[in-house]
Amino acid sequence: MENLCGTMVRIISYAVIMIIFGFANAIIMGYLERKLAARIQRRPGPMEVGPHGIYQLFVDGIKIIGKQLIVPRDVDGVLFRIAPLLAFAPVVLPFIVIPFSQKLQARDFNLGLLFIVTIASINVLTIVIAGWASNNKYSLFGAMRSVAQNISFEVPVLISILCIALMTRTYSMQGIVEAQGTVWFILIQPVAFIIYFIAGLAETNRNPFDLPEAESELTAGFHTEYSGFGFSLFVIAEYANMFLVCSIATVLFLGGWHGIPLPFFEYTGAVWFLAKVYILMVIMVWIRWTFPRVRFDQLLNFSWKYLIPFSLVNLLLTAICIKLFPLLKEMI
Amino acid sequence: MNGYFHDLYRGSKSLLSGMLVTLKAIFQPTVTVQYPREKIEVTPNIRGHLTMVLDPETHTHRCIVCNRCAKECPSSCIDLSGVKEEGVKGRVLSRYVYNYTSCSLCGNCVDVCPTKAIEFSCEYELASFSKEDFIFDLLKEVKKSQ
Repeated sequence: MENLCGTMVRIISYAVIMIIFGFANAIIMGYLERKLAARIQRRPGPMEVGPHGIYQLFVDGIKIIGKQLIVPRDVDGVLFRIAPLLAFAPVVLPFIVIPFSQKLQARDFNLGLLFIVTIASINVLTIVIAGWASNNKYSLFGAMRSVAQNISFEVPVLISILCIALMTRTYSMQGIVEAQGTVWFILIQPVAFIIYFIAGLAETNRNPFDLPEAESELTAGFHTEYSGFGFSLFVIAEYANMFLVCSIATVLFLGGWHGIPLPFFEYTGAVWFLAKVYILMVIMVWIRWTFPRVRFDQLLNFSWKYLIPFSLVNLLLTAICIKLFPLLKEMI
Repeated sequence: MNGYFHDLYRGSKSLLSGMLVTLKAIFQPTVTVQYPREKIEVTPNIRGHLTMVLDPETHTHRCIVCNRCAKECPSSCIDLSGVKEEGVKGRVLSRYVYNYTSCSLCGNCVDVCPTKAIEFSCEYELASFSKEDFIFDLLKEVKKSQ
């Protein structure tokens, strides 16, 4: 009984911390994104609320909480209401296995990587639910595009993850980070990293692959009918998804929490981890404000003609190298 | 298959050069200004509302009440009158009311004035809740600035 209580406390505290983290991440990234976008367009960005507008996102949050949640007459009431919640739940779950530092990790499964990939693909389902329940042609178009995009980009993501799993012979996140003590995998597997990062951009529906929400074509895609907090839950989920994709990239390719040792490194390794993740996210923002949106056929061509063949060749070469190196060593 | 690697090379090169352009823009100074606090200097050629020119020698206006501006005005937004004063040649301006709400800023009044007594001001921040604020009494303004 005592054991159960302890577990419950752990689960609840984890959930609370992660939800707070999700919201904080959205606020930080929202501010960073608006500032960077402004700098790229040579504007100052938000400047009014607080020094350099740092409280702008809090004020926006209060405004959005105060807004009415409009449910249009012809929508599917139940699905329409649960879709934003469903969008938020799967991005909180994978944080269980993310190793922020050597000891800051809720659980280290031996199938952690597969767990993340599995849970993260629920995200597509929520977009479809939102698009379908909205009873709006734009929303449905956005949802359908999202499905096609995610199916075609899931393949290169999985293959490039497989290259790393072949090298480390484990799916445990902590194990993969520890295998990079001497050299980060980005130096051994640069192609896999580039493929993962591009496909990750598409998975999170970011520019230049933001076809599901394409403002100029579909008004707002799958969240056209959402207002108030329903809408902002989708946005928060999008930023949390970005964080997730970047933290997987950090774990797999950038050495996770490895870095210059700090005092209490078992915990402060999180500083390096978060620094790497946020650098990757800033690069995502930078890409978003540089490139125009691709056309749908270009998007699918890019995945099936370039990313998938290259990742398959990369996987094959990795497998051959892993088989050959021990043999060569024996011969010498 | 022929252009496959060529496309890949050209595509990645153009993407990278695009990212270089935006990277440079991040470190360049901003071109917009924070309006109510910072202001850009306006060109002296701007056509604002009418004002009377203060003569640097006499420190008053140069109007001789010839009425040409009022006659020339296509939308009759100038209304002026003068009175006869002893010891002064001609008439003296007693009233010059200019209705900015119907003015089309054509500039005929400024062109036709024989003594260059009126000009366009550089004032552009004119916002008000009442229409009466745009009916200017130019003579009163001259007296205020004296």
